[in-house]
Amino acid sequence: MLKQTCVFGRKDDKVMKYENMAITVSELNSYIKDKIADDEFLNNILVKGEISNFKNHYTGHMYFTLKDEKSLIKCIMFKTYAQKLEFMPKDGMKVFVLGGVSVFERDGIYQIYVKAMQEDGVGILYKKFEELKQKLEAKGYFDTNHKKKIPIFPQTIGVLTSQTGSVIKDIINVSTRRNPNVRIRLLPVPVQGQDASIKIAEGIQFMNKHKLADVLILARGGGSLEDLWPFNEEIVANEIYNSEIPIISAVGHETDFTISDFTADLRAPTPSAAAELAVPNIFELKQKIQSYQNRLHISLSKKYEMQKLRYEKCMASQVFKDPYKMLSDKYLVIEKYIKSLEINIQNKKQKEKEKFVKLVAKLDTLSPLKTLTRGYSIIQKDGKIVNTVKDLKTGENINLQLIDGTKEAKIL
Amino acid sequence: MKKEQSFEENIQELENIILELEKGELTLEDSMKKFEKGMELSKNCNKILENAEKKITILLKDGEELKEQDFIQTKIEE
Repeated sequence: MLKQTCVFGRKDDKVMKYENMAITVSELNSYIKDKIADDEFLNNILVKGEISNFKNHYTGHMYFTLKDEKSLIKCIMFKTYAQKLEFMPKDGMKVFVLGGVSVFERDGIYQIYVKAMQEDGVGILYKKFEELKQKLEAKGYFDTNHKKKIPIFPQTIGVLTSQTGSVIKDIINVSTRRNPNVRIRLLPVPVQGQDASIKIAEGIQFMNKHKLADVLILARGGGSLEDLWPFNEEIVANEIYNSEIPIISAVGHETDFTISDFTADLRAPTPSAAAELAVPNIFELKQKIQSYQNRLHISLSKKYEMQKLRYEKCMASQVFKDPYKMLSDKYLVIEKYIKSLEINIQNKKQKEKEKFVKLVAKLDTLSPLKTLTRGYSIIQKDGKIVNTVKDLKTGENINLQLIDGTKEAKIL
Repeated sequence: MKKEQSFEENIQELENIILELEKGELTLEDSMKKFEKGMELSKNCNKILENAEKKITILLKDGEELKEQDFIQTKIEE
């Protein structure tokens, strides 16, 4: 629609002509805006750069400049899009922005109207992280029943981290506070950068191969997702999973989760916390042992008291209190028996005696002597008692027995 | 020679003995035996706790050779 070419000539008579030919600033800006609007490429572009001059306006819109080493462009992100952001952009942050270029006619500037923004690299890394996490989860790397118990009192704490910086310092500080005689072996490894994951994996393998620790702490301070990336590598996860030494993973801040954290036997929110989990408080342990000793004493003396009570109960029984009572009782019984025996014998004797007296009396009545006292006499011939006269013949000698003796006589 | 028991094994056995003793079902003789064993175990535990000596070392790999030396924290950060 604007097809003039500017022709500059003599001033006075050309003024009118210029007047007809010239366009306004608004028209120009509007033209440029339309031009850009027609360009498919500019309407939907993905641009990477570093944020500067970031302003989070109270209206909810975000204003900032995106720049690289040579150039910069203004950007605006309206509230509707800004509120969907999962992070707060800040100056110096490297980002990808998705949006369209358009002209702000009032100021005659073109800028990117940002619809979405992502931290540089994070998107790809995040996807990789999720994929690996799913893969390892399916392989059972995160199973709780594969996780080893952290020993109560590990003799040697192995630490895999950078030998410089605050992480190892924190770990040493916390550990020595909990146990002044702690034994720590540091295996220095790079915790970020290209080869870090290989070195970390080798380190875990090395500690296992030479059995250099009873528990391992894998630690790193906070950092961006890229910084923490070595701890999201599969080779590290493999070594953690295969490690025979229990591993505590403490990577980044409390809010950071890495594959190492998921695979490790225990995750600590921070390196200091890892030291607390690995190193028992020796004073508490000693107290615990003391209380165990007390319990041993108490239960034994309780047992002893109980047995003593039992013993005393026994001792209080009749048998022990008056041991001769039973004997004397028995003696009494025996005496009773003897007595009754004696009585029985006496009775028997008495009875026999009476019987005898009776028999004697009876004998007495039957005795011929009594008859003789009454004047009777017994005639005997040739030693035989004569009962009838027929046995007696004249001239025969007989014996007469009387009470007080015998006399010979002759039958006349 | 019996292998030296770890702290874990010692304290585990000690805990078992305490529970057994506290049940009070053992004879006095067995109780005394267990008590003695328990005291021995608790002393072992203390010994293990006290025998440790503070040592903070750094492992340096020299090829396949392993060198271990005292770790002195450098004051220089980074």
